[in-house]
Amino acid sequence: MTLLTTPLLSVAPVLASLFNPVMLSRIQFGLTISFHYIFPILSIGLGLLLVIMEGLYLKTNDEMYHRLTQFWVTVFALIFGIGVATGIVMEFQFGTNWANYSRFVGDVFGSALAAEGLFAFFLESGFLAILVFGWDRVSKQMHFFSTVMVALGAHFSAVWIVVANSWQQTPAGFHLVEHNGLMRAEITDFWAMVFNPSSVSRLAHVIPGAWLAGAFLVMSVSAFYLLKKRHIETAMAGMKIGLCVAIVSSLLQLATGHESALVVAKYQPAKLAAMEGHFNSEGPADLHAFGWVDVKNKMTYGPAIPGGLSMLVHLNFQNPLQAFEQIPVKGLDQIAKNEQPPIQFTFQAFHAMVALGLLMIAMALLGLFMWWRGTLFTSVPVLWCFVPSVLLPQLANQFGWWTAEVGRQPWVVYGLMKTSDGISPAVSGDQILASIIMFSLVYALLFALFLFLLDRKIKKGPVFGDDKSPDLEDGFDLTAQGQRLQQSSQSQEEQK
Amino acid sequence: MAVFDALDLNLVWFVLVGILLTGYAILDGFDLGVGILHLLTKTDTERRLMLNSIGPVWDGNEVWLVTGGGALFAAFPDVYATAFSAFYMPFMLLLVMLIFRAVAIEFRSKENWAWWRKMWDIGFSISSLMSAMLLGTALGNIGYGIPLGADQEFYGHWLSLLNPYALLVGVTTVALFAMHGSIYVVMKTEGELQARVQGWIKRTIAFFGITYIITTMTTLLYVPQMTEHIRNQPWFFVIAIIDALLIANIPREIYYKREFNAFVCSCLNIVCLMSLFALGVFPYLLPSNPIHQHGLTIYNAASSDDTLKIMLIIAILAIPLVLSYTASVYWIFRGKVKLTSKSY
Repeated sequence: MTLLTTPLLSVAPVLASLFNPVMLSRIQFGLTISFHYIFPILSIGLGLLLVIMEGLYLKTNDEMYHRLTQFWVTVFALIFGIGVATGIVMEFQFGTNWANYSRFVGDVFGSALAAEGLFAFFLESGFLAILVFGWDRVSKQMHFFSTVMVALGAHFSAVWIVVANSWQQTPAGFHLVEHNGLMRAEITDFWAMVFNPSSVSRLAHVIPGAWLAGAFLVMSVSAFYLLKKRHIETAMAGMKIGLCVAIVSSLLQLATGHESALVVAKYQPAKLAAMEGHFNSEGPADLHAFGWVDVKNKMTYGPAIPGGLSMLVHLNFQNPLQAFEQIPVKGLDQIAKNEQPPIQFTFQAFHAMVALGLLMIAMALLGLFMWWRGTLFTSVPVLWCFVPSVLLPQLANQFGWWTAEVGRQPWVVYGLMKTSDGISPAVSGDQILASIIMFSLVYALLFALFLFLLDRKIKKGPVFGDDKSPDLEDGFDLTAQGQRLQQSSQSQEEQK
Repeated sequence: MAVFDALDLNLVWFVLVGILLTGYAILDGFDLGVGILHLLTKTDTERRLMLNSIGPVWDGNEVWLVTGGGALFAAFPDVYATAFSAFYMPFMLLLVMLIFRAVAIEFRSKENWAWWRKMWDIGFSISSLMSAMLLGTALGNIGYGIPLGADQEFYGHWLSLLNPYALLVGVTTVALFAMHGSIYVVMKTEGELQARVQGWIKRTIAFFGITYIITTMTTLLYVPQMTEHIRNQPWFFVIAIIDALLIANIPREIYYKREFNAFVCSCLNIVCLMSLFALGVFPYLLPSNPIHQHGLTIYNAASSDDTLKIMLIIAILAIPLVLSYTASVYWIFRGKVKLTSKSY
């Protein structure tokens, strides 16, 4: 008996420490935000591409661009619907799971969130109705205007949410005040809060990341059509537009990523040190291509440019030679153990993001080269490379946010409030566990349905003239005659 | 901004959050109502007409909830923190219902299979009903007061939130939205469907009337603190009288085929109900029961005056924009709903 219970007893505390309300709330937030984040970046990126597509339609009056726009609008509507549904969850969770955090930041963070609702969501959802349902009800110009407004709304919402998140990374424009016996942050300068040290550089990195998601989705589907020799004209147009956006955004990411890292180096040295697995503050800091962090022995293995990190952090165009002096960078040895983020995770997520970013640049340049040579639309191997490429920006965006958010740990508001102090005292672990299970099941189902419908939409393609769907037989009784209906739709499919 | 110094900003934000939530109740109220009644229609065309009557507007309507929540977070963070963590399980369920609802509307007509459409029809209806029920139950708990400690935290068990009074308010909310939704459908449809829904209106009004009277009586008997302001200032009673007249006027407007007027009456009815509720809880936003001193008021749970001022500027800039988008969308999609290839 003791033989059996001893290992059980030793496992129990580990499980208990894993399944405490803090860990569970973090798991739930990570799960729900990661799933949600698939969709808004597509809305932002596809929003921009829709503006370009419909702009070309207005300019050239070519019916092909009309079909192209209509097709991507239907995809956009599907993505937007899931984005809204999973987004409400995010807003509720600050209050449900992070009540103490909400009390602490509400005075500052809440205004950015409310501004997002008032300026972005109403704009987006209002004009989306015209975008999807208004083709026959408004003029072409008004429709285009609605497309621009929806795209703008999607960008505005990114602005406000990144501002709010950046304030958590680099708090500014506030002071600490006692309120009902607890300390909380109160605003002193709204614009200092909005333009906190990291918001501009992070926004400049997040937006092109979203454009990449839109561009690679369009390129991936277009490449699929070109391979299958279907809808060739619209697919070529989609490929070209996607490629232009991808080249600009992927190169922008190189510059804004560097800029963002400099801000991290200045304001969040622990995060930067974890991103590079940099322990020794004395010597030159290396830049790893990839690697493995041996956290115990404070070593990082893998191919590296000696002094590369020092060089990047201290890059000085007035005095370029200074870079070779290999000025030290603050390492993890100077950061207290209880203020270090999870090092291995941050390192790997960061390096995965960088690798994917470089891969996207390579693909965009390859596409451009083939386009210039005139073989892009016929080269089977290259098109096959583009088909799965939709995953690259999705993964890069996820890894990027994981770096930003895990690298900020153990702080929820950097230097001011620890994540473990931010939870809801009134909510017990079993309640959170129940909601995690509920969300996991619902999101798994939702994702399966999303992929299924997206796949069907893509297989149907930009065909609108002989559109029969989604009519069922008129006046059909669903309750009694479902059987007959299924048969008739099956025979219809056979006829096709 | 010296202009604002003369204002009681906390009161202003109480009213503004109230307006946002009333806007939500009016707008999402009718589309939840359409969902509650959805399964009463039989043919696929009728169901598509029901769905498409709310098609272009439902997600815009839901934004009022998101923004109301955001405004509550910003203006009264302690209320947001305490209420949302106290209502943890019901709100998680509400979120799942809202997700299901969005997905059901979006996915239902994408495929031709009868089982597929039937499944989403049921999903749409149940999630609409449950959303209304959960929102109403939360409101009932706020009216009755929940057990709060000196630290502003909820110390009851979440199952105690399913008390009879709260559930009664939940059922009343379902009845209210069903009535509001049926009037909306009559306004947006024509022919056979319209005639049939017109027949339901009498029943939805009766259903709402009965639940409303029971809720009022229960409130007078068991939640006397809700009626204190009206007792002290009897002229507030005018709101209740106007409300009764509005409800009585709905069948009359329907009889004379003035559906739009009937819908306006139904909207104003919701305005009256929300005003009465706001009067009932004021100055509390989250009353505590049994220890009343621990309740969260618009003063002890608010953000700083600076934030309330900044937010007021944001609201003054944004509200005309929001109203103009909302109005133009409703204007562009005015008239009876027609099915096209772009419809759900």
